Amino acid sequence: MLKYIIPLILFIIMAVFLALGLSLKPSEIPSPFINKPAPVFSAPKLDAPEEKLTPADLKGQVWLFNVWASWCVSCRSEHPVLNQLAQQHAAVIVGLNYKDEPDDAKNWLNTLGNPYNVSIMDQDGRIGIDYGVYGVPETFVIDKKGLIRYKHTGPVTAEDVKQTFLPLIAKLQAEP
Amino acid sequence: MKRLLFIFLLMMSCSSYAVDTIQLPDPERQESYETLTRELRCLVCQNQTIADSNAELAADLRRQVYEMLQQGKSREEIIQFMTDRYGDFVLYKPRFAGKTSVLWIAPVVFLLMGLITVFFVIRRKKAVAALNSQAGSLGIDAEKQKKIRSLLEKGDRS
Repeated sequence: MLKYIIPLILFIIMAVFLALGLSLKPSEIPSPFINKPAPVFSAPKLDAPEEKLTPADLKGQVWLFNVWASWCVSCRSEHPVLNQLAQQHAAVIVGLNYKDEPDDAKNWLNTLGNPYNVSIMDQDGRIGIDYGVYGVPETFVIDKKGLIRYKHTGPVTAEDVKQTFLPLIAKLQAEP
Repeated sequence: MKRLLFIFLLMMSCSSYAVDTIQLPDPERQESYETLTRELRCLVCQNQTIADSNAELAADLRRQVYEMLQQGKSREEIIQFMTDRYGDFVLYKPRFAGKTSVLWIAPVVFLLMGLITVFFVIRRKKAVAALNSQAGSLGIDAEKQKKIRSLLEKGDRS
């Protein structure tokens, strides 16, 4: 009896581990920022470099912080989704133009539309490091108190907006 | 001869080289820089350290390590800086914690399982060999030996 049970048990253990492995997404690294204050920055605005934006300016509002770049291919597929989200005016959308040339970035917004209430520049990628950015596009949802509540890595799809972003934004808007 | 030398030189030319060379003023910090960049994971190409990787993010993180060392930050402070932003995943050598304990313990468990199996296999082999030599000296023929063995093995398992 034991002769058959031991290999069966070993097989089941292995199968469970392999099944778990299949459902894991190693490219999605859990963010250590959830429920922590959004890291402070003071960055020049893309359309008005002499003006600066800091997270403190956005206190009291729910905002999305979307990391994008004109060189980023998957940002192109995400862009229409953001445009649509912007039309719903559910939350303020701030763009972090990551390691990009300002002219390329402006061109991109002119041709593809601008979903951002404001975009700021991070030409040397330092703000990116402070936010633990490793794969553009990334999107953070920040609540009225300035805490990061959610992070999405990779392009946001229409499905994500419907399933995750809009319900979360509605919930955060309802918070004091 | 010249041709051989040429081929030899060509072969040597593909030996490894550093992605970039950064020089810190004193050898101690230079060493910290080199060990740190070998212990931090490049998050874009996840199986490379930031020392090995050509990805832009790796270059930015190397610059970050370099600058922090120049500011006189300690190794622990730099590791803390990185894990605050990228989580434990940024450490190429995982920490021993609840979540990663399986990583550290599993190899030992597997080794023990292997050793125990080997021990039992050897013990059984030895017992069978002893039985065979005993049977041989008693003058029991091969067919009977087989029967005895099968009976014994059945008994062994019940």
